[in-house]
Amino acid sequence: MGALLRFATAGSVDDGKSTLVGRLLHDSKAILADQLESVTRTSAERGFGGEPGAIDFALLTDGLRAEREQGITIDVAYRYFSTGRRSFILADCPGHVQYTRNMVTGATTADAVVVLVDARNGVLEQTRRHLAVVALLRVPHVIIAVNKIDLLDYSQSAYDTVASDVAALARELGLADTHVIPVSALAGDNIVDRSANTPWFDGPSLLELLETLPSLDELETEFEALRMPVQLVIRPQGSLAHDVADAEAFRDYRAFAGRIASGTVRVGDRVQVFPGGATTTVTGIDAGSTTVEAASAPRSVSLRLADQLDAARGAVIVAEGALPTPRRELDASVFWLGATPLRPGARVLVKSGTSTVQALVTDIVGRRDLDTLALEPAGALEINDIGQVRVRLAAELPVEEYSTHRRAGAFLVIDPQSGYTLAAGIVTEAPPASPEAVAEAEAAAAWVAV
Amino acid sequence: MSATETVPVAEGIDTLDALEAEAIHIIREVVAEFERPVLLFSGGKDSVLVLHLAAKAFWPAKVPFPVLHVDTGHNFPEVIEFRDRTVERLGLRLEVASVQDYLDDGRLSERADGTRNPLQTQPLLDGIAAGRHDAVFGGARRDEDKARAKERILSLRDEFGQWDPRNQRPELWDLYNGRHTVGQHVRAFPISNWTELDVWRYIEREGIELPPLYYAHEREVYLRDGMWRAISDVSPARADETVERRIVRYRTVGDMSCTGAVESDAASVGDVVREIALSTLTERGATRADDRISEAAMEDRKKDGYF
Repeated sequence: MGALLRFATAGSVDDGKSTLVGRLLHDSKAILADQLESVTRTSAERGFGGEPGAIDFALLTDGLRAEREQGITIDVAYRYFSTGRRSFILADCPGHVQYTRNMVTGATTADAVVVLVDARNGVLEQTRRHLAVVALLRVPHVIIAVNKIDLLDYSQSAYDTVASDVAALARELGLADTHVIPVSALAGDNIVDRSANTPWFDGPSLLELLETLPSLDELETEFEALRMPVQLVIRPQGSLAHDVADAEAFRDYRAFAGRIASGTVRVGDRVQVFPGGATTTVTGIDAGSTTVEAASAPRSVSLRLADQLDAARGAVIVAEGALPTPRRELDASVFWLGATPLRPGARVLVKSGTSTVQALVTDIVGRRDLDTLALEPAGALEINDIGQVRVRLAAELPVEEYSTHRRAGAFLVIDPQSGYTLAAGIVTEAPPASPEAVAEAEAAAAWVAV
Repeated sequence: MSATETVPVAEGIDTLDALEAEAIHIIREVVAEFERPVLLFSGGKDSVLVLHLAAKAFWPAKVPFPVLHVDTGHNFPEVIEFRDRTVERLGLRLEVASVQDYLDDGRLSERADGTRNPLQTQPLLDGIAAGRHDAVFGGARRDEDKARAKERILSLRDEFGQWDPRNQRPELWDLYNGRHTVGQHVRAFPISNWTELDVWRYIEREGIELPPLYYAHEREVYLRDGMWRAISDVSPARADETVERRIVRYRTVGDMSCTGAVESDAASVGDVVREIALSTLTERGATRADDRISEAAMEDRKKDGYF
């Protein structure tokens, strides 16, 4: 069985996303008889569809009373299914209510995002926006499902139009791995099996593609240096687990517990510890009561080190030579999710890895126009805005740019009073200077040249 | 399934490894960031699994928090025996919130239908308050129920233990926000992303012991609402119900008055894994009378503070 794949689905209201999700779950036999019976009964009660036994697939994912009563999907719903080849976690992100919030939530944990496009409408403004979020959050794989292709008599030219628009957008947005599949969620074309109705399309069905895409950890582990934020230090002292046979041998046991964010660690590896940068050697790797020779992201392990280092929660263990530059100032993109707008001077908490520090938003550089992706001046960021900010931290954090290291560049912005999660943040390079600043710099350079 | 050529997915960690790594990460985050966590422990397979993962997370130290059992007084005796033996073996402290105590002194009264599941909420909240617990681990999984599918991994509860599904914090990456104020607590669900089959495959892989009634055994039962119900003091058969001996097992273990068995000859964990893989019913649909009341039965209980 292959690695778990987490994927999110997104689309505009009438793109048929619920039908697609329902079709995937139904055709992969993830919907069990009692669920189907309950949904069929409720569909009939609500007068869904004309035919007896017609199913409103949305009822499978609309789990809350308010959602069913109002016929809307409020919140991301998680669904689980597996095929003979792989298990899937599907984050079904509703498209209309607070879609940015839901898209961001779904996309942060996704290995792939499936964006639905109605073949009759092509790439819409909202498609652009969904893809912009996906691009900024660097989801590894993007699949555009060109739905309702049956309503256009399986027209190749309709598909070609969307495919070429998507290709242009992908270049513009910098999307890495983009696939475009013509589907009919209602009729089942190219969802599980390749359809005979689209002989001009030689790609895989949606499910085949999902079964074979490498997950984020499969993509990254080999190429990246070890990084493990320390969650806590395990020191049993007298308080040993019942199955520790030799209490004396564990009298001085001390290990750094964490989840490997990237790379691989082996016994004997030289590592460095932030803060301070001290270098030491890994003497043991424990995974529960099992001692292992090596472990890779995203495993949770405990590392024993040769030297007694004064490291605690918030420390980060990295491969020798891969010590991050500690940062007190961050340039960052934030996806603003709070009801209250963000204004310059806001005092917030920043949670990155296993550290939470006080922070001051010193500057709102701009708000991103999701149609052009350009930054435009903004005095504040409203809910669902994506903006560029500068943040000053009360303590140094070992972050990296998100574009080079997802787990080291992602952070939460938290309201210190209410505790609410205000924003998803990603560390970026400094934004290009404004035209005025560039003009000033050029003028200064010209003056020097004279 | 689709008839295509087989393209091997890259070698690496499998689904169970990934789920285990995620769960241990969550358990450690909660222990690191909260003062007084506790694990809701019923002796049911999901809470046994969370306890097993906690033991792995902190080994060779012992599990650094107590367990809390909300005791409806309608327990299967084998489960109580298992609970006590497990707690003893791991050297943990057991806190008990007893529904019977509340019934005896009149703080709660028995429902007309005799089921005590909805009565657990008040003793649970009082037990959390009495232990001054700021984080409560539970074995709930999102695949169990539609309302649970929308639950966060870390879920904030107010002073009344209420869940507000329309005002949940967004949960981003694997960064969990545990900020809370006095009186609030957080429910933590480390196995949110596990399915019933994942749980059983992991139990098989790790050799985790469960109460014996999860495996096929002969029992005196009668059929009610399409479920096999065990004969006991708290779940007697009515005059029109026929009592017979059947080979059954339980897919969930809860209050005897509302938990049903399924006919099964799955006597080993391997048999169960095969049975679950082929099952056409969800575990709650098959075995929980209380979730059949309405489409939103679980959501309504959760809003009031149920786990």
